[in-house]
Amino acid sequence: MNLSIDFLGVTFPNPTVLASGILGVTGDSLKNVVRNGAGGVTSKSVWLERHEGHKNPTMMGTESFYINAVGLPDGGIEKAREELGKYLDWEDRAPLIGNIVAGSIADFKSVAEKMAEIGPDIIEVNISCPNVEHEFGKPFACVAADAAEVTKIVKNVSKNIPVIVKLSPNVEDIAAIAVACEKAGADGLVACNTFGPGIVIDIDTAEPVLANKVGGVSGPGIKPLAVKKVMDIASAVKIPVIGMGGVVTGRDVIEFMMAGASLVGIGVGVYYRGASVFEKITEEIEDWVSENGVKNLSEIIGKAL
Amino acid sequence: MIDQPKILKIDEVRDENPTVKTFVFKGFELGAMPGQFVNLWIPRVDEKPFSVAYCDKDEFWLTVAAVGPFSKKLHEFKEGDKVGIRGPYGKGYTIPEGKKIALLAGGYGAAPLYFVAHEAASRGCEVEFIVGARNKDLLLYLDRIEVASGMNLHVATDDGSVGREGYNTAILEELVGGVDMVMTCGPEVMMKAAMGICEKAGIQIEVSIERYMKCGSGVCGNCCVDGLGVPVCKSGPVFPGDMARKIEGLGEWHRDNVGLKVLW
Repeated sequence: MNLSIDFLGVTFPNPTVLASGILGVTGDSLKNVVRNGAGGVTSKSVWLERHEGHKNPTMMGTESFYINAVGLPDGGIEKAREELGKYLDWEDRAPLIGNIVAGSIADFKSVAEKMAEIGPDIIEVNISCPNVEHEFGKPFACVAADAAEVTKIVKNVSKNIPVIVKLSPNVEDIAAIAVACEKAGADGLVACNTFGPGIVIDIDTAEPVLANKVGGVSGPGIKPLAVKKVMDIASAVKIPVIGMGGVVTGRDVIEFMMAGASLVGIGVGVYYRGASVFEKITEEIEDWVSENGVKNLSEIIGKAL
Repeated sequence: MIDQPKILKIDEVRDENPTVKTFVFKGFELGAMPGQFVNLWIPRVDEKPFSVAYCDKDEFWLTVAAVGPFSKKLHEFKEGDKVGIRGPYGKGYTIPEGKKIALLAGGYGAAPLYFVAHEAASRGCEVEFIVGARNKDLLLYLDRIEVASGMNLHVATDDGSVGREGYNTAILEELVGGVDMVMTCGPEVMMKAAMGICEKAGIQIEVSIERYMKCGSGVCGNCCVDGLGVPVCKSGPVFPGDMARKIEGLGEWHRDNVGLKVLW
């Protein structure tokens, strides 16, 4: 069955995309995600230079939610050149979204330039990580003008590679931020990053479990919130959206697509259903599509809007 | 499996050698199989993975060498102190029934392999337990292995201070022809040598791979091995030799906390 989706001129064999921050540390780990059925993969957030993350525990899962404060550890853009290059040379590869992050506008420009040299199919700009606030202050995604400025600078140096911007749900009006990014030249949007921050306290020791104390919240419990964010964005802009947040099943993917997402990110779905979650979800989408007589999956995008 | 740390009291601390201690936790059924690991959390310090050295329905042991800031901190802990435990995580060793097996332990690797030996002996296996270390101060668990039924102890030290002088792999070479299966845990270079010996002899081997870990649940990707691309915390830490042979850089490099290659 053909579940392929055209997103910004790039063909994804199915709508599931590995979300940034999960598994994608090396070229070979990205390959393994594709072998498990992902329609596309997103790298971890790449910094210009080496960036240390937080101490452990960095994450914790329960049935209903997942919380993490990994702190975007990364070996820097030269490591990405080697690892993403290795992935891009692989003949069975699926589309690659190269995710970049920086603490300043100037660094965003430099890291985007270098990411463009590496040549992923799409560049994703992470302006919304809640776990590096102590280093860089409020994320750029929290102020429309800041989000627009980063978008513009990245777009300027990314040559012909489409640029998508990953937004934070932790804002008063996500549609306004989305519109600001669209006006600044974003080719697409990603929604959303984790909610919160939240905290989990171990009651036997009265200590927060995460070393960073607070962390971004994801998982099945936040799915309805994320679906609403995607709807708010899709209603406000014309550019396409990758939706994500607590996706575990094929039905979740359909739901995000009906809310306006063209592709759907899988993150902690890997935690809940294992590495083969992509294959499982794709099979569930196929079942739903054939039961409902959907001829072309892109028909359902925005159907609930 | 528990993913939110469970706070447990340390019931006993045993000195194994000048740098290694065993922490015993009683009254909690962890349910770990040999080769599996747990994440041990010290609030406000850090959390690190440790192989389970022994586990039954009443207690489990973690044998820890003081090598870095975290393990040195743990060594300050006494009976009655509390730590957080989550797990058990990962895939362990295959425990056969009624077979002849050889275990090859390098240094601290003797602890998780003791758990293998204990389980295998209880299932009617005859165990050739080969341990090796640089010198006699670094050996551990010898007294337990010596008195256990179904286990034959063989010792090698680099300096000859106990047992045979030289590498323990020389003993494996002599014994490999008489066993059905080999399991190993220790320095990667030693395990790689053991893989070569077993391949030549046509004997199945399982190896335990150590990588920098964060989540323990196959999510963060930090412990993914090159070549296979799979996370060690979920697909391993124990791999059959056929799979381990596909790991790129085995015995040569691993990756640090930001994913950069580091030579062993």
